[in-house]
Amino acid sequence: MLIHVSVHRSPPPPPPATLYYEHWVNLRARSQSLHLPLFTTSIKHERNHGNVPLTQLLRHKGAALTQQAEGRPLSSCYRFTRSLLLTSFLCLIVFQEKEYVGFATLPNQVHRKSVKKGFDFTLMVAGESGLGKSTLVNSLFLTDLHKDRKLLNAEERISQTVEITKHTVDIEEKGVKLKLTIVDTPGFGDAVNNTECWRPVTDYINLQFEQYFRDESGLNRKNIQDNRVHCCLYFIPPFGHGLRPVDIEFMKALQDKVNVVPLIAKADCLTPTEIKKLKERLREEIDKYGIKIYQFPDCDSDEDEEFKQQDKELKESTPFAVIGSNTVVEARGQRVRGRLYPWGIVEVENPSHCDFVKLRTMLIRTHMHDLKDITSDGHYENYRAQCIQTMTSKMNADKRVESPIPILPLSTPDVETEKLIKMKDEELRRMQQMLQKMQQQMHEQDL
Amino acid sequence: QQQQIKNRLSHLPVVVGSHGHATSHSSGGGSTLLGYIGIDTIIEQMRKKTMKTGFDFNIMVVGHSGLGKSTLVNTLFKSQVSRRSAGWARDEKIPKTVEIKSVSHVIEEGGVKMKLTVVDTPGFGDQINNDNCWEPISKYINEQYEKFLKEEVNITRKKRIPDTRVHCCIYFISPTGHSLRQLDTEFMKRLSHSVNIIPVIAKADTMTIEERQEFKQRVRKELEMSGIEFYPQKEFDEDMEDKSDNDKIREAMPFAVVGSDKEYQVNGKRVLGRKTAWGIVEVENPNHCEFAQLRDFLIRSHLQDLKEVTHNIHYETYRAKRLNENGGLHPISSNDTQESNL
Repeated sequence: MLIHVSVHRSPPPPPPATLYYEHWVNLRARSQSLHLPLFTTSIKHERNHGNVPLTQLLRHKGAALTQQAEGRPLSSCYRFTRSLLLTSFLCLIVFQEKEYVGFATLPNQVHRKSVKKGFDFTLMVAGESGLGKSTLVNSLFLTDLHKDRKLLNAEERISQTVEITKHTVDIEEKGVKLKLTIVDTPGFGDAVNNTECWRPVTDYINLQFEQYFRDESGLNRKNIQDNRVHCCLYFIPPFGHGLRPVDIEFMKALQDKVNVVPLIAKADCLTPTEIKKLKERLREEIDKYGIKIYQFPDCDSDEDEEFKQQDKELKESTPFAVIGSNTVVEARGQRVRGRLYPWGIVEVENPSHCDFVKLRTMLIRTHMHDLKDITSDGHYENYRAQCIQTMTSKMNADKRVESPIPILPLSTPDVETEKLIKMKDEELRRMQQMLQKMQQQMHEQDL
Repeated sequence: QQQQIKNRLSHLPVVVGSHGHATSHSSGGGSTLLGYIGIDTIIEQMRKKTMKTGFDFNIMVVGHSGLGKSTLVNTLFKSQVSRRSAGWARDEKIPKTVEIKSVSHVIEEGGVKMKLTVVDTPGFGDQINNDNCWEPISKYINEQYEKFLKEEVNITRKKRIPDTRVHCCIYFISPTGHSLRQLDTEFMKRLSHSVNIIPVIAKADTMTIEERQEFKQRVRKELEMSGIEFYPQKEFDEDMEDKSDNDKIREAMPFAVVGSDKEYQVNGKRVLGRKTAWGIVEVENPNHCEFAQLRDFLIRSHLQDLKEVTHNIHYETYRAKRLNENGGLHPISSNDTQESNL
């Protein structure tokens, strides 16, 4: 998507830039004295301190806009184009041809560069088995990630602990590449005794943070792979009357490490009133237990009404009640993703049937970048601060010299190297003991 | 009801004329009757008597919270009999341990009175650590047997011992679509020998018809592999007729049910159902779910059988075990001062 910025010469030519502001001020003064409304253009002009020429003002504004736009190449595209249009509009009105600098194409350049690089996104799905997690992921990204999945029966699952499985898929749409990683947690909450069943999950997330921290503090930082988990979709079964103890514990354990988005799974077994009641109940309980789930950022006040309305709707319908489907059915003459029941057809993408569309909009189309930002600016920074704190406190305890760059602990070596290290340690100790003995002997001999 | 009474009578000896020797089956080949005696009116007499005394039926519902247990019981007996309607609030907290709450109602139909007791088990399987969550349930069932046993071995017995034994335990399986959960198999394994367990797939409107069939098959296979005998148990089939009937039922179990206590208009009729944005799920429509089958099976054909199996088999097993241990009968509970002698 390329945006052309061009300047037209409009007859009659507008007054030169430096004089425009005075001209405008005069107009305003005159209109006020005549008590006539003055229709100004929608240019917001900042408070002009005295004699700063408007050109400089606009240059600052343009730079500010591009700074804002730099961090968000993909997801907030239309907000982006809007700011771009604003800049170009400014150029149109105020600048004459000879004043056109051209930095307005900066966002464009950033966009092109990031599209070339591609994006990555790591999504974790957690919840009991049988809640439709894999089906939902397939529906969200229109892929089939679990073709040869073997479902274990109850006996085989007795000794199973919570595993972490990863699937990576490269998706491309209109030239934009996305490397999508789905982290699944089979076995979560399935056993009779589920104490600390979230431990493998938190360990995995911490491991990713640690790996990123190590890469970041390393010498070669060109190709850092970002495997940090950006978002965790937690599936709440629709059968209960609210949060169960295992739900509360899991979300509390993960709220500081990852963006938790709770979802009501298999929402097609609930009537609309039941869904409403359950959502209210869940929201109440999330407040009551102080669980910090992912909050949608408030949209800027300069967004248009439609976007604000959408945002408000989105916020009011959390947690989303979703349905997933791998099959395509005929409904109302169209082929849609849905589920066929004897009493009707549930359409996955129908907003009056479920909140799947809202989830997809939120996750992919509007907030994907925000999720990544919060992960790197919030959760990762927390982890990093904690890590550095523990390391410095350990070093103080050991009374070693404090180095400017924190020395990272060695990565957990595998069994073999551990054995080797142990052996070498033993040898060292023995040699030290021998040395001590010899020293003593020499000392006695001297005496 | 007639059929059930007939079955009970088939145990009575039939005296036929003066040549007769008692045969226990009317088809066993005695001599032909020389005239109409009127023996068959005994059915009518029994019927009158039982109508006067009424029936007891105790049903227990077990499953995770929110699976629609109370709604199903209400739908089954077409009245508000579950504990929810007895005044407990719908959104009470999940209890920390499994509790046993029982509610009794007397319902009447066609002159027949039934004292129905619904035993609910809130808190089952809801905790993080559900080890031994079946123990309170097992204890409750054994306590009821113990109560009955004590009444039975009393010197002066009551004419009609109040029967609080659990005749039927409906176990609600979560419709995950995959297979049984570990808690399900553990519970059913432990309790299938002390009570009649009827597994039921709850909230079946979550699954499409094909998913339902697949899920049922998988569940049945797992139940077989774990050696869980649910009611109607194969080993208690008495004759070929029973066996064929029960085989048909066993093929169709576990029933996938939907419960509802709200009525809607469908095609001019008022039916019980659930109204969603894409249609109305009719509870009693056999194409939608198997509630009608479950109801017929539980109430219309096998109600008496459930009671008999409980009395003749499960209770007898318990009694034999109790009488064998320590060579005598001692009261289990410490606050029971009545000492009975054998």
